[in-house]
Amino acid sequence: MTDKVAPATRTITYRQALNETLRAELEHDDKVFLIGEEIGVFEGSYKITAGLLEDFGPERVLDAPIAEEGFVGAALGAAMLGMRPVVEIMTINFSLIAIDQIVNHAAKMRSMFAGQVSIPLVIRMPGGGGQQLAATHSQNLEVWYAHIPGLKVVAPSTPADAKALLTAAIRDDDPVIFLENLSLYSTKGEVPDGEQVAEIGKAAVVKTGTDLTIVSYSRGTTTALEVAHQLEAEGLSIEVVDLRSLRPLDRDTICGSVRKTGHAVVFEDDWLSYGIGAEISATIGEGVFDFLDAPVRRVAAAEVPLPYAKSLERTALPSAADLARVVRDVLNISSTPNDK
Amino acid sequence: MAAKARTRSTAEVKTAGGEPADSLRGFYEQMSLVRAFELRSSEMYARAKIGGYCHLNLGEEATVVGLMAAIEARDYLFTGYRDHGYALLRGLSPERVMAELFGKVTGVSGGRGGSMHLFDQETRLFGGYGIVGGQIPPATGAALALKYQESAGPDAAAVMCLLGDGTTNIGAFHESLNLAGLWKLPIVYVIVNNGLGMGTTVEKASAEPELYKRAASYRMPGVRVDGDDVLAVRDAARDALKQARETRQPVLLEVMCYRLRGHSVVDPARYRSSEDTTIAQQSDPVPSFRTELITAGVLSEADAAAIDEAADARVTEAVTFAEESPEPDPKDLFAYVYATAVANAPSALPGEPVMDAL
Repeated sequence: MTDKVAPATRTITYRQALNETLRAELEHDDKVFLIGEEIGVFEGSYKITAGLLEDFGPERVLDAPIAEEGFVGAALGAAMLGMRPVVEIMTINFSLIAIDQIVNHAAKMRSMFAGQVSIPLVIRMPGGGGQQLAATHSQNLEVWYAHIPGLKVVAPSTPADAKALLTAAIRDDDPVIFLENLSLYSTKGEVPDGEQVAEIGKAAVVKTGTDLTIVSYSRGTTTALEVAHQLEAEGLSIEVVDLRSLRPLDRDTICGSVRKTGHAVVFEDDWLSYGIGAEISATIGEGVFDFLDAPVRRVAAAEVPLPYAKSLERTALPSAADLARVVRDVLNISSTPNDK
Repeated sequence: MAAKARTRSTAEVKTAGGEPADSLRGFYEQMSLVRAFELRSSEMYARAKIGGYCHLNLGEEATVVGLMAAIEARDYLFTGYRDHGYALLRGLSPERVMAELFGKVTGVSGGRGGSMHLFDQETRLFGGYGIVGGQIPPATGAALALKYQESAGPDAAAVMCLLGDGTTNIGAFHESLNLAGLWKLPIVYVIVNNGLGMGTTVEKASAEPELYKRAASYRMPGVRVDGDDVLAVRDAARDALKQARETRQPVLLEVMCYRLRGHSVVDPARYRSSEDTTIAQQSDPVPSFRTELITAGVLSEADAAAIDEAADARVTEAVTFAEESPEPDPKDLFAYVYATAVANAPSALPGEPVMDAL
């Protein structure tokens, strides 16, 4: 793309970017079909599939009964015969009902059957808390999937990445977990027109800086950028690495950034212990230990089933203020009253 | 397991009378091959040539042969982990199946799957699944794909999904049959009911032990057939597949058979009553069918003995091939993790740095 004129862009929401991409891929390849609960008549719990049933019909926008193990597994079986199903699971929490099909089957088949079959399957699902949905509906379980060889796990943070990564995921011949986030759906951003296909497995430096690297993904990246810009006003130069892909993990980009800044903070919506940040921290320790001027810190969710009450929910989830405070700690700068 | 509770529907049973002698002889050859292969597998397991779990079709030969006589080459087959016999009769050579059990690169799954995970794209053996019930949703989805890809009719493909009696209690079974009934998918679910889910009887595991009746919940026909009667099994399966391919009516077929030995090779099956063991031995379809064919004049004693010897020799060749085949090369460890190459795919071995220090 580098030698081409940059395409025109439009400012649209993350939701609209997903919707337009699903539409484009349904048009692009007749092997693509959508399957999930309430994606047709109801247009999706979060309206990602709005208008698609009307335009593509009930065979390609297939409403499934509430039976995640059944319909995720059915999508997997259809993929084995060369279809390219795109599953919507209402939230990542419900994917646990289908986890046998995802982890024990979709992730294994190609290896276990020595490459005789591939699984071009996409499973889209939002994670995220902060909507007062309480403990069972607010989880960030992406690390469960990011742990599994055979899966690819992507987590776009912007409408443009949502488009380019979803296109890549649908055209990929492996099972791809496509992580969305409830609080990103209405966020807006510039999205290039025309076909955009991202390279899965690559992180992006979404803001350059020289003093400290914040590593994040999905919703966390939007908060990281907000904090980075806020601290810039105070004279701190913060670099932000957006992982975009949780499996594979782009260790080179992470370490390349920290090598330059000498400081790193991971900002993640999942729980601290054994989380995404643990893997990032270990990577930095192994890759660029000699360049670190301070220990790597993680800003993650408090380790508690997320309560319903707003005051408790707010306390448990990692916030911009938490991140700013930790960044200052790592850089050994006194906190401002705003961060407390 | 009470013998009474496992009464068979005699209405379905046919005698060998109407069947051509060649066909009957062929069925006996197949039963004899499966028997010989499984006995040798057991022996090779005891000699530590085969690792992991190993589940045998011993006692189920008539069921295996009958089902595989009904399925067409264009159909897709999904099975559980008791899959050796099905792979052999789907047309895979005993060499490649035995090599898989030996963990050799020449095995049907390149030595990566083992006994429970036999897969062959060419013959549409779509696995070989080690998790109880794991095969049922993908099999259902394969039938969904067929609905996208071709019209119903006598030349259409269908899916046959095998499962054990214990599997009918798992959620995936009910979710999948619901989808198949709802979406009218070309699939036949076959419950191979050998009376035991590991060591637990059907009566102790299922509130409705007449498992074929569960089809009623999904508005599909439920049929029970004598699994020791190869022709009855074939005819029932053929009829079910015809409904699936021509009218997209899914069917639940229950095949009643006995497992001659333990759940897997290492299980001495001490939980079985002597009465049950006696019934299983008396029902053993291989000697029964052999005697039947000799009595009917289809085979002489000498013919039958020659068939058994040939089967045994065939399996000996398979063992030799498996023994002499190379193991998979460790440098190919990551060869099949992804179909679409991807940046930064992990390739570190245990203890290797995940990245070079910068």
